[in-house]
Amino acid sequence: MSEIAIQAPTKEMTVTDDVMINMIGVHKWYGEFHVLKDINLTVHKGERIVICGPSGSGKSTMIRCINRLEEHQQGQIIVEGTELTGDLKHVEQIRKEVGMVFQHFNLFPHLSILDNLTLAPIWVRKMPKKEAEEVAMNLLERVKIPEQAKKYPGQLSGGQQQRVAIARSLCMNPKVMLFDEPTSALDPEMIKEVLDVMVELAEEGMTMMCVTHEMGFAKTVANRVIFMDEGQIIEENEPNEFFNNPQNDRTKLFLSQILSH
Amino acid sequence: MSDQKPTHKLGEHPDWAPPSITIGAVGWVRANMLSSPLNIFLTLLCGYLIYLSVPPVVQWAFLDADWFGTNRDDCSREGACWIYIGFWFKQIMYGRYPDTEVWRINFAYALLVVAAIPLFVPSFRWKGWLSVFLLIGYPIIAFYLFVGGSFGMEHVETPLWGGLFLTLVISVLGIVASLPIGIVLALGRRSDMPVVKAICIGFIEFWRGIPLITVLFMSSVMFPLFLPEGMHFDKLIRALIGVMLFSAAYMAEVVRGGLQAIPKGQTEAAEALGLSYWKTMNLVIMPQALKLVIPGIVNTFIGLFKDTTLVLIIGLFDLLGMIQLVGTNPDWLGFHIEGYVFAAFVFWCFCFSMSRYSQHLEKKLHTGH
Repeated sequence: MSEIAIQAPTKEMTVTDDVMINMIGVHKWYGEFHVLKDINLTVHKGERIVICGPSGSGKSTMIRCINRLEEHQQGQIIVEGTELTGDLKHVEQIRKEVGMVFQHFNLFPHLSILDNLTLAPIWVRKMPKKEAEEVAMNLLERVKIPEQAKKYPGQLSGGQQQRVAIARSLCMNPKVMLFDEPTSALDPEMIKEVLDVMVELAEEGMTMMCVTHEMGFAKTVANRVIFMDEGQIIEENEPNEFFNNPQNDRTKLFLSQILSH
Repeated sequence: MSDQKPTHKLGEHPDWAPPSITIGAVGWVRANMLSSPLNIFLTLLCGYLIYLSVPPVVQWAFLDADWFGTNRDDCSREGACWIYIGFWFKQIMYGRYPDTEVWRINFAYALLVVAAIPLFVPSFRWKGWLSVFLLIGYPIIAFYLFVGGSFGMEHVETPLWGGLFLTLVISVLGIVASLPIGIVLALGRRSDMPVVKAICIGFIEFWRGIPLITVLFMSSVMFPLFLPEGMHFDKLIRALIGVMLFSAAYMAEVVRGGLQAIPKGQTEAAEALGLSYWKTMNLVIMPQALKLVIPGIVNTFIGLFKDTTLVLIIGLFDLLGMIQLVGTNPDWLGFHIEGYVFAAFVFWCFCFSMSRYSQHLEKKLHTGH
């Protein structure tokens, strides 16, 4: 995979000791298939974690468990002190604080860009419409497409749609952002505009977990890279060590395949 | 190879108008009606069939028709006798509703039209409140107007209701009630909760599996047998409930078709933003699903509108029933054709309006590109 040139972060990004997400002995099965095997992971406030691995390794499933788009069957997931259980109140509480960006954007095609952004603040946070629209416009400025506010998702390019999707998540003022292969469905020239937004977000101290194959992003932005295979965390390290000095054979094989061209 | 020099530089070629023959009426005729020998033959054949069928109908319905008069002797019998429709107009429109009380029906019609007009004005700001009035306030007002018995209005029993009025009461109530019930059933059928799912499937399959005639017979003949002695339940209400539940089952399957067409990512995105199940459905999934199935919904509405004519078999005289009834009047025998043509015309007007409105709605709600 080719590496996209990333704008280098200008600010120093700091990690605190506050625990944001804690996964303890998490298991999950799809029917007979054991998709997550004993996942143990602690994410601190301000961390930027990149998760990579071959397809089918369970990386998407893992981050989807964090806002319970997937249900885990064993172990504990604690987000900001609230444990994810069958209790819907807990689930909704956590979803308010955890933003998510999807591979296929998943914007609401029947709503204008502005309405896409204000929907959740108005209906979940009970924010007055005017205020929600102000917040939304500020965020659209930040992702550099305020002029598209009145358009519909179908009228935007893929890169613009993904930036809107990021802005939509940010409207809820989340404490953590999960990215599930945010650039995989984009044309090469659009990947950069999305990654730039993500870099800026990291600079502002957002806690991020990102499933991606953009190794350039991992090298410049992540403070930790996690490699998963067959439902397990095989290796985790800070990016320099991870790329230059991988320990596990499977990691080496994966990196050789992904970086060879 | 052509010796001609290129007339424009690379990348600077302007737009040219298309060749004139492909656009305009002449172009259309050439492309669609005369493009091949077979097409020419079919065009001529259709022209001949139209020549054979249309002029006699126009002759009968308009040119030779009798429009003015007061009794059957005024009819020349060369063409249609529309005097017949005019003579029985009140019965066809209102059934046996008392003459002095007909203003109540007309007033309700007028109120509906006046209240509904602002909904079509784009700049009108209180559409939400008006819709609430139309869905809750209006039916209550209409109920008191039609039934009477209070506010100094004479009580009019439902067996006196009839004609187009009855058709509209049954079909509008059926249409308005079947959509929400159908939506709930469709959601229930896709639910993860086994009991809810089983109940919804059972309900839908039961009502879809029996003919409407059976439903109406059961409501009028069988149902009263189960009621305790002396308890009376209006026949019209029983038929109404039957029609509602019957069309709700059909509506549920139409709506479910729309729900299945919405990608899973939409639900996931909404849930990831913290929207609850009902908010996700109301704000994200249903608006998209319903828009997709507008043709199916309107299809069901139109079907229901015409199916209301079946209430004739349980002794309710709707538009068609009333026309059949007045056709048996000894003074006016032999005018069945005029009656049925008129009924068909009225039904067609309503169904075609619904169809046109749905097309307008589809265009208005179109946001994809």
